[in-house]
This record gives sequence, C-alpha cells and structure tokens, in this order.
Amino acid sequence: MLEQQLINALSLGCVYALFALGFTLIFGVLGVINLSHGAVFMVGAYGAVQAITHLHLPLWAGLVFSFVLCGVLGLLIDFLVLRPLRKRNAPHLIPMIASIGVAIVLNNAIQGIFGAENLRFPSGIVSTDSMDLGGLHLTALELGIILLSFVLMGVLMFALKRTQLGRALRAIAESPKAAYLVGINVEGLFFLVSFVAAGLGGVAGVLIGLYSNALFPLMGQPMLHKGIAVIILGGMGDIRGAMLGGLFLGFAEVLSVAYIGSNMRDAVAFGLLFLVLLVRPKGLFGTLQERKV
Amino acid sequence: MTGFDNFWAVYSNLVLGLGINSLLALSIYLTLSCGMLAMANAAFMGIGAYTAALLTMNYDTPFIVSIAAGMVAPAIVAFVIGKPTLRLSGVYLAMATLAFGEVVRIVVLNTESITGGALGLNGIPQQTQWWHVLLALVLVLLVLWRLRHSRIGRAFESIKEDETASGLMGIDVGAHKMLAFVLGAAIAGLAGTLNAHLTFFIGPNEYGFDRGVDILTMAILGGINGLTGPVLGGTILTLLPEVLRGFADFRLMINGVILVLIVLFLPKGLWDPARIRNWFGKGGKQA
Repeated sequence: MLEQQLINALSLGCVYALFALGFTLIFGVLGVINLSHGAVFMVGAYGAVQAITHLHLPLWAGLVFSFVLCGVLGLLIDFLVLRPLRKRNAPHLIPMIASIGVAIVLNNAIQGIFGAENLRFPSGIVSTDSMDLGGLHLTALELGIILLSFVLMGVLMFALKRTQLGRALRAIAESPKAAYLVGINVEGLFFLVSFVAAGLGGVAGVLIGLYSNALFPLMGQPMLHKGIAVIILGGMGDIRGAMLGGLFLGFAEVLSVAYIGSNMRDAVAFGLLFLVLLVRPKGLFGTLQERKV
Repeated sequence: MTGFDNFWAVYSNLVLGLGINSLLALSIYLTLSCGMLAMANAAFMGIGAYTAALLTMNYDTPFIVSIAAGMVAPAIVAFVIGKPTLRLSGVYLAMATLAFGEVVRIVVLNTESITGGALGLNGIPQQTQWWHVLLALVLVLLVLWRLRHSRIGRAFESIKEDETASGLMGIDVGAHKMLAFVLGAAIAGLAGTLNAHLTFFIGPNEYGFDRGVDILTMAILGGINGLTGPVLGGTILTLLPEVLRGFADFRLMINGVILVLIVLFLPKGLWDPARIRNWFGKGGKQA
C-alpha cells in the first residue's frame, strides 16, 4: 500500500516541480514574484482542452499547443507589464502587485468566456491502460506525467548547467547590470525566460487537468499557493531546489492524506513551510550564502 | 430624506466596507512603514473576527468587550509568532507570514466544534453601526498620525531605510518591529471584529491567501508614504467592482486591467505628494 502511495506522490510531486520550476526561474532571473503564474497554468489547461476538443489534436499536440500558448502569454506579460516596470526601476513589490492584476484579468477573462463550471478533457484522450510493476499499479497517465516531467526537468537542468545560455542566465541571476556589461543580451534572455517559464506552467496545467479531470477558472490559485511553498522550501531562485521541493511536497501531501487524514492535506504544505522558514530561513535546499536583496 | 434612506438601504454595507478596508490597509501600512513585508493581516483579521463573534454569540458580551477581545487576541498571537518570524527579512518574511495565515485558516476549518468549520459562523448579531466604523477609523488614524510624528515613528522610518545603521544608532530594532507587528495585528483584528458584526456571517475562506494579497494591494496601490495612501487605496479597491457593474461578467477583468494600469503608470501609488506637487507646478523633487 505504501508503494502505491509513493507512485501517486511521485506523479503529483512531478507536476508541482514543473510548476515551481517556471515560478522559480522567473524569480531567479527576473527577480519578480510572479503571482500570475497560477493563472497562466490555468490558461494552459484550458488551451489544451479547447485545442483537443475543437481542433481534434492528439494529446501530445495539445501539450505543445499549450506550451506555446502560455509561452506567448508569458512573453506578452513580460513585454506589456514587467518590462516597463523594469525600465522604471520600480521597487520590488510593484511588479508583484502588477502580476496580481494580470492574474485577476486572466482568471476573469477565462471565466467570462468559458463560464465558471468545470470543463473536462474528452474521454479516451489518455489510454486507460495500466501496468503492474512488481505489484505496483501504474496508469499510463501517471507514467506519462512522471516521464514528461523528468525529461523537461532534465533538459532544463542541462541547459542551465552546461550551455553558454545557461551560464548567461546564471550571470543575470547574480547581477543583471554586470551581465549586461560583459555583453550578455539581458533583455532577450528575460524574454526567453518568460517564455519558457510560462510554457512550463502551461504544461503543468495540462497535466493537472488530466490528473484531476476538472478544469475551473480558479484552478491556478491553490497551485500558486503550493508553488510558493515549494520554491521557499527549495530556496528561492534555486532550480534544483524547486524540483526537490516539488517532489518533497508531493510526498508530504500524499503521505499525510494516507496517514493523518485528508482534511489536513493543505495544512501540510504551509505548516512545513512555516517550520522550515523558522529553522532554515533560506529554505531546505537553499545555499546559505548571504545575498543582499 | 427618503432618497438618502434608499441609498443607505442599498449601499450601507458598501460604505461601511470602505471604512473596514481602509482599516485593513492601514494595518499593513504599519508594518510596511517599519520595512517589513508581513502578510499575516488577513489571518489576524480572522482571529479577531472569530474571537469577537464567538464571544458575542456564546457569552452575549457587550459589543465593546467583544471589540477589545477581537483586538487583544490577534495582538497576543502576533506577539507569540513575532519572536521567531520577525528575524526573517524581505520575501521570506512575507512567505512565512502568508504560510502562517494558511495554517490559521486550516486550523479554523478543522475545529468544527468551536468555529463551525467550513460552514463558518452564522447569525452573528449585527451590532456594527456606521459610527462605530467611522470612530474606529478616526481613532486609528489619530493614533497612527501621532505615532508617525513621534520618536517611535521616526525609529520605524529609520529601520525601514537601513536596519543595520538604525541598530548601530541605538534603536532597538527587534522591539520596534515587534511593536509595529503587534499593533498592526490589533488594527486588523479591529477591522475583522467590525466586519463580523456587520455581515452576519463569517467563514474561514474569507481570511485566506487572497484576502491577504488584497490587503497588501490596497496599501501599495494607495501609496505607503503616508496615512492618506492606504485609506485611498482601500476606498478605490472597494468601490471599483461596484462602479464597474455595467461590465457584468467581465467587470472583475476590467478591475484587474485598471489595477495593472495604475501600477504601470503610478508605481509609487496613487497618493504620491511629490508627483502631485509637480502637477501643480510648485516644484518638489522629480519623482
């Protein structure tokens, strides 16, 4: 029974990690707590449902579609809202407030267009096959979620650690000004990060949509809260930390539902977060170096 | 007078909501003015609301006693959690306090025998009169205004500008931060109490993450350079959804657009004395 719970935890944790990756990427590179990330996540799920129902795309194309859709949305948010604020050197809380406004706009636009009732993916879009691995029951969906998440995380990790692009991004995370002075195209990379981060958020939206099969305009809010918990657990702006934090939260939640009771599920994330911050102010996996904020 | 009576019958809750939201904005202004981004105010509001409502409903206490309890309870909680949390700074403090808020919400949800759980508390006597809200707002403004121009207020300002330097000048940074935090909690509790005795019903989800963010938005939108800003921000964010009723399904969307536009074009908040002086050509520093 425990092993079965661990499988559930792994697939849930993977989605949390994907969501948190985009979130932490934006914080690390742009220095913005982007509270519209939950709304982007929701748009991704809605986009995939619409594409699959009306354009009859296969699931993989739906995923690509919502990655691109959300990526473009992320670009727009950056271009229209965050960039002007950057130009003006707005105090660091201001972009966060602006992103709340963006979230309100997106949530209510979707609610206005598609209504507040739950949407579903058409049945039969995911194969209902499952496999037994040494007594473990693993559905195709869970397997897909786990594989896709690990592939995406792996690609991102590789890109950040091993490529010139990744080095440039890490330089910007240290100091955008210094990065600019050594000839890095800072604005261009900001756009790229906005695109990729929002795209990852969108993919996470589709996966959660498939997992729970209920899409509603405010589905991003609980995810946003958990994303915040995850990136704090993992240390803010820390890619590896976001992945570990996401998995950790998935396990903590599933195990608490299994052994404590389902009504405490949401308390787990924030209870943990509160405790972790008191004991390790920089997060569980965060490096403890002092950085001036 | 019938015109006024009609207006009052329809809009009294809105008008009182203005006052209550202004109080909330002022409560977070207090911690912001001390350089702390603490976002537990929604939780403190809830603690105050529940304490006071439970007292009124179960023990039939006079309103004034309920109000006092609704202010003292969150202040005590703030004092207890303040010690470990206020060590944190910046975003980490914000997140810890937000997390604390969620924990409070979930505790309320799961103590059904006392708080009614998800169903909330129903049938709270409607004891809040318009003058209660007005009086509370005026008193809080008076206290904050006095505070701002006192030694303590200057200490807050100094801590906001540079914590280390303030400490070196002999300001007790920890104590001042704690004072701002506890006082902010008491004001939020006051707002919660007044609100609970106005709306007849309270539930745990009113005091969650979204409320916390709303409160912060009101203060930042109005501007946190003085006392006018938070009140202005509270007023505008309360009125906006009502004014936009004509847009029906999309009104909250327009609300969001306006919020983004204000932030984009007035990044220091609506109430920015330097900019206003500029407009009227009386000099003042370029913002």
